[in-house]
Amino acid sequence: MSSAVANERPVTPEVVREHGLNDEEYDLILDIMGREPNLLELGIFSVMWSEHCSYKSSKKWLKYLPTTGPQVIKGPGENAGVIDIGEGLAAIFKMESHNHPSYIEPYQGAATGVGGILRDVFTMGARPVANLNALRFGSPDHPKTRHLVAGVVAGIGGYGNCVGVPTVGGEVNFDPSYNGNILVNAMTVGIAPADRIFYSAAAGVGKPVVYVGSKTGRDGIHGATMASAEFDEDSEEKRPTVQVGDPFTEKLLIEACLELMATDAIVAIQDMGAAGLTSSSFEMASKGGSGVELELDKVPCREDGMTPYEMMLSESQERMLIVLQPGKEDLARGIFQKWDLDFAIIGHLTDTGRMVLKMNGEVVGDLPIDPLAEASPEYDRPWTATEPQDEIDPASFTPSVKPAEALKRLMATPDLCSKRWIWEQYDHMVMADTVARPGGDAAVVRIHGSNRGLAMASDCTPRYCKADPERGGAQVVAESWRNLTAVGAKPLAVTDNMNFGNPERPEIMGQFVGCVAGMKAACEALDYPVVSGNVSLYNETNGQAILPTPVIGGVGLIDDLDHIAGAALPGSGQDLVLIGETAGHLGASIYLRDIEGRSDGAPPPVDLELERRHGDFVRAKIRDGSITACHDLSDGGLAVGLAEMALAGDCGADITGAEQEPGNPPLAAWLFGEDQARYLVTTAQADALLAAAVEAGVPARVIGQTGGDRLILAEGEAISLAELRAGHEGWLPGYMDR
Amino acid sequence: MKAAVIVFPGSNCDRDVQVALRQSMGSEPLMVWHKDSDFDKVDLIVLPGGFSYGDYLRCGAMAANSPVMKEVVARAQKGVAVLGICNGFQMLTETGLVPGVLMRNADLRFVCRDVTIKVETSQSLFTAKYEQGEAIRIPVAHHDGNYYADDDTLSALEDRGQIAFRYCDQEGKLSEAANPNGSQRNIAGVYNETKTVLGLMPHPERLADPKLGGTDGRALFDGLVEALS
Repeated sequence: MSSAVANERPVTPEVVREHGLNDEEYDLILDIMGREPNLLELGIFSVMWSEHCSYKSSKKWLKYLPTTGPQVIKGPGENAGVIDIGEGLAAIFKMESHNHPSYIEPYQGAATGVGGILRDVFTMGARPVANLNALRFGSPDHPKTRHLVAGVVAGIGGYGNCVGVPTVGGEVNFDPSYNGNILVNAMTVGIAPADRIFYSAAAGVGKPVVYVGSKTGRDGIHGATMASAEFDEDSEEKRPTVQVGDPFTEKLLIEACLELMATDAIVAIQDMGAAGLTSSSFEMASKGGSGVELELDKVPCREDGMTPYEMMLSESQERMLIVLQPGKEDLARGIFQKWDLDFAIIGHLTDTGRMVLKMNGEVVGDLPIDPLAEASPEYDRPWTATEPQDEIDPASFTPSVKPAEALKRLMATPDLCSKRWIWEQYDHMVMADTVARPGGDAAVVRIHGSNRGLAMASDCTPRYCKADPERGGAQVVAESWRNLTAVGAKPLAVTDNMNFGNPERPEIMGQFVGCVAGMKAACEALDYPVVSGNVSLYNETNGQAILPTPVIGGVGLIDDLDHIAGAALPGSGQDLVLIGETAGHLGASIYLRDIEGRSDGAPPPVDLELERRHGDFVRAKIRDGSITACHDLSDGGLAVGLAEMALAGDCGADITGAEQEPGNPPLAAWLFGEDQARYLVTTAQADALLAAAVEAGVPARVIGQTGGDRLILAEGEAISLAELRAGHEGWLPGYMDR
Repeated sequence: MKAAVIVFPGSNCDRDVQVALRQSMGSEPLMVWHKDSDFDKVDLIVLPGGFSYGDYLRCGAMAANSPVMKEVVARAQKGVAVLGICNGFQMLTETGLVPGVLMRNADLRFVCRDVTIKVETSQSLFTAKYEQGEAIRIPVAHHDGNYYADDDTLSALEDRGQIAFRYCDQEGKLSEAANPNGSQRNIAGVYNETKTVLGLMPHPERLADPKLGGTDGRALFDGLVEALS
């Protein structure tokens, strides 16, 4: 080896451990290399085999998820999933976590999370058209929570607003289990011509490898390794591993890449995300079955004296690697110069199957590509199934407060309060295609220049997943599918973001296995395949794991924007129709947790056949115009769903009397039970709707009428919209400004 | 009417305003790249929203010193109509084409929501299709829209009828609650002395289409087409 590495630290057992590699993994490295690796090579193994990049604990189970269907153009394995949305277009989308960095440095952690997921999508040729984010914070009482909420929200806004992609939806929960490990899951949806999708496989000896975008700095070195370990008291010291975002450069990069993609110059393209130049060049060569030789002294650097180790492991943002068709270098350079971005030819493809790294002409690293990629460890970690919880008999318990008081309190809880304070900090209208803004079941974004649209939502109910991972996993998928259905969309496919604790603990691995089983069943039953995803493990601090949080980002298609539904009550004099059966499931419900102080009980069962039947019926009736407003019933059940519809439409409703129907569960269970496969809809043609429901085998009943300025819930008890609104809108701003 | 939209590298409402202009004009506006100062003669120049050159310095400060803005200022001084929306308004104050400055929002947070603004006068190229005193609903989306000028300047602006729009409630009443960013005297938009240049923080191009939930912004573009054709 050359003098360029002579001064670097020798590879001792201690250095190996610092790189997060165990003895068996190091032995495998010695086997593959046939010699001891130098520090640069060790660093490359370390990031490529990190949990974050290799999915070594989760791979075995992820294989069970359905990933195909007539709508799928490209499933998992590329930068993002690709689905067919008709008329020659494809939707490209993915969700990805930036949990660890966001806890350490919330503004930059969240901002670069948005930047990374945007790049995953435009790398494939799509113009990003919408961002969503699923956020989970610790208890509001925890001293760090306010700071983390403020920083994460500002970071997401600061990045997305500048790039000019609307942030149209998402979800926010609070739970003490996230005190030391918040979750920041960012999703981007883009649209591309279906016949011009760009992939990362690079083949063709001698073809130039080009680096574009920002310069490489010393930020984010070993971010992927950090994201693959637990936190402890010293996590703050990891701040230098968090990258710094530059959304203006990202905007330039989007425009320049899309301009280049309109030509025929690109062989393959890959963004430099986790593990930067290492994983991008590795993946391109590995997928294309070729080799690659890089001249690291040509890499544009932010500072002098950067070592090959630092260049290969830097996670500096807003950078892309492109393999060009020979002869197209000047065309490409011209486009990047127009956008004032760095452009450098830093190497070429070879047929050696090896990655050869040179610095000033000397070889400083030489690794075999396929053996490294193929030998990436895969673990069958021991797991234990979660103990089932008892069902809760609604007749067996006595409520502590009257329903109106319970509803008023629930609407002002951290989980159910209005998140307006958050989404008003996001530009959710830029691009002028946002048809349904944040706050509803799903956001609707028009496909530019048409009367069609995409619906999108993110969902997860972590308390269900904790109580019963399999039911919880199925419920996540079912709720996502319902949310898209509730606006009138046909759900097409999902991206998953699996956030869990330490997989080396059997009970955590058991949560993962259970959730995957539930998701698999639901995705299959609803023809709702997984086309992309991300796994974030080791979300633990001092042995305290987060709730299992498999977030689902769903995308659906709306053929005609003239036939969609919103959740807002459309005015007085309409009938409220409840679709689906209400047994009154209170186990693991929000009501039980936040009003009665109990978090026990089994979550509601998920009957996928009913989900499908009820949802297909609701969608058809939205499309034929007989449903005038629609809301999926989930957290907080019927009463919370109705209150949300009433506040959104600024219109009251009266459902008193419906509780006395024979067979109805007791009052609290009727109003707050979280039975699945239910929708609350309004209609001006109740008779026809009910007749159609009978024909379709869907339970439906009129439970009341819209009108007035208050909700009359049951037994004549009423609460004014003004009072509900004050609590609902007031909690979050009050908390943040306290 | 011929119109040009100046496209800075960080503009992100250039397409939105292009769509709104196309709808009102029935033809395509010219999209002018910021490196191209030598563009065709037009009747209207639009400075769109976005982050021109990243706005890591004071918003619009770098754009105000760019070569293309020298040309915009020169044409504005010859009487060509100029519309600056959001970041475009920030450029207009930075170049001095309209008085005042735009500071960080009073609560220090980015704000994106519909606001109601009152049309102060219908006697301008930009507002002829509105009624004087009409309250219209238009979205804002900015971090730095807090309009400031000293009291003498503000009074002079009022005396000369240079206030274009003020934040108000749905009945048209000015109030602190209706003011999204802390602007002096609830000012949302101002004219130059000849009322040929308008800068405003709200985005009329975002509510000019019934599919997006409102059309109150459309009359501004329709009015310009009628006045300048």
